[in-house]
Amino acid sequence: MEAIFIIEKLVLIVVVFVLTLVIAMYSTLAERKVAGFMQDRKGPDRAGPFGILQPLADGGKFFFKEEIIPAGAHKGLFIAGPTIAIITACISSAVIPWGQSLQIGGRTVELQVADVNVGVLYIFGVIALGVYGIMLGGWASNNKFSLMGAIRAASQSISYEVAMGLSIIALLMVTQTLSLKEIVAQQEGFVNWNIWVQPLGFIIFMTCAFAECNRVPFDLPECETELVGGYHTEYSSMKLGLYMFSEYINMFVSSAVMSTLYFGGYNFPFMYDLGLSQNWITVIGVLVFFLKIFAFIFFFMWIRWTLPRFRYDQLMNLGWKILIPLAIANIVLTGVITLIKDTYW
Amino acid sequence: METIVKDMQGIPLNHYLLLSSVIFSIGVIGVLTRRNVIIIMMSIELMLNAVNLLLAAFSVYHGDASGQVFVFFVMALAAAEVAVGLAIIVMVYRNTRSIDINSLNKLKW
Amino acid sequence: MSLFYFVAFLSIFFSLMVIITKNPVHSVLYLVITFFTFTVHYVLLNAQFLAVVNFIVYMGAIMVLFLFVLMLLNLNKETEPMKSVLIKVIGAVAGMCLLVTVAGSIRAMEVSDPLILKNPDIGLVSSLGKVLFNEFLLPFEISSLLLLTAMVGAVLLAKKEQKSI
Repeated sequence: MEAIFIIEKLVLIVVVFVLTLVIAMYSTLAERKVAGFMQDRKGPDRAGPFGILQPLADGGKFFFKEEIIPAGAHKGLFIAGPTIAIITACISSAVIPWGQSLQIGGRTVELQVADVNVGVLYIFGVIALGVYGIMLGGWASNNKFSLMGAIRAASQSISYEVAMGLSIIALLMVTQTLSLKEIVAQQEGFVNWNIWVQPLGFIIFMTCAFAECNRVPFDLPECETELVGGYHTEYSSMKLGLYMFSEYINMFVSSAVMSTLYFGGYNFPFMYDLGLSQNWITVIGVLVFFLKIFAFIFFFMWIRWTLPRFRYDQLMNLGWKILIPLAIANIVLTGVITLIKDTYW
Repeated sequence: METIVKDMQGIPLNHYLLLSSVIFSIGVIGVLTRRNVIIIMMSIELMLNAVNLLLAAFSVYHGDASGQVFVFFVMALAAAEVAVGLAIIVMVYRNTRSIDINSLNKLKW
Repeated sequence: MSLFYFVAFLSIFFSLMVIITKNPVHSVLYLVITFFTFTVHYVLLNAQFLAVVNFIVYMGAIMVLFLFVLMLLNLNKETEPMKSVLIKVIGAVAGMCLLVTVAGSIRAMEVSDPLILKNPDIGLVSSLGKVLFNEFLLPFEISSLLLLTAMVGAVLLAKKEQKSI
């Protein structure tokens, strides 16, 4: 464990962290721009050219608002809620491989913070932890509507985690490893992407990712029309900002996970046929990876401005009666095909 | 990872046994002193977890993976127990409007 | 080596807090922290898969379920039933007696060999899977039956009775 290794990892962590925050910040602007595009209007365009400075203006506004902690609230947990939400959102990106290795002065630098050999499950666990932030915030507010939002968040999260786990199992039967680095390395080129072998699994995973991020059409924990605001009704100032922020970070991370698991991560077609050096392949790979992530983020926003919100019983029916049976069928199908392939090929 | 594993080596098995028995006893005390059914179930979870830790320590001690496989069975059992137990608690609450374990003394002679 | 004793202290402290605190929601949160320290113990034992499964099953599912039920029933400190001081003292003494008995028998056994990781791959998914699906295949199938039974039971219990017929 030499010093240069630690410095290398620290630099990588800081870069990933800053990138995550900047992308989450600009996702707020992108969301409003996309909304404007979908609804045939311009979106924010006053702060700076094309509204580029809008996120900074929003952040400044959040910092200068009054901090209100309701008299009946449980103070410690009221503060702990948004803290847990943002921390779990930030640490889930630790195992994602952002690119291949770079050669700098004879050293090989891996563009991944930690290659845990149970990487997929690590992400799954951290996502499962994220619901505590919402539940604690909603309960500590001492408000009926916040509590309703928190209860909805909990039951939604538990229901969709089951389907998500089952869809991942089918994927793991194909990849035969839990390490995200190996999963990406297997999907070299274009024809080896996991989406071609697990299309159904991908659709189930994506639906569950929408539900876990509390995005429309699954944003029942923060349903304004029924619950005034949702779990964050009593929050103001930067605490509300942290909840909003963690939602966008979750969206970014789940886009990254989806492109890692199913769309080949940093792999792009003909990556070894162009005669490029290893460093150039890595740099282009990172750019391609971010392109895929942005495409997914755009898809998230596209869905938001297209579909209406589900009713609560519809949400539960979709989770328990459609997604889980489909995921189990997917596992059985994958098993049968793998068996046939192993025996007769 | 290696440094962490080296760090753990050299701890006597006795200390794992002691830690697990302390936590198990805390679980027992919880069952004996509380009246809230949910807290009692949580104390049972605590006892199960103490046993899990000990099984994992034994499995490392003997270099045999069976101990860790046993932990999975315990976890499956705990999950089943919690699902049924909480359903029963919700039913009891609907009928008696209380989760006090003493409200369930109808069959007491 | 000192890391183990620090984490062990934390586990004992937080598990004591679970049974001492009056507010049930605080108890659940202390139990979550206790389970987190157990995850750290598993990582120290190099049982990585076990650590992450403990994380997902206990912290991600079981404790969320507890918290969910507590919030649904909307219980707080005022409605918390309390036993009399006498019963509490008797319960604590009984628990301590159990601890003393177990600790005494551990001392009598004298198994103080240090833990040495003979086989570092033991906690990896592949080796656990081989053991689970070779030696423990029948228990595995039976536990799946147990989970199915639990699921049916939970649905049956939670379902409201039909008024018609």
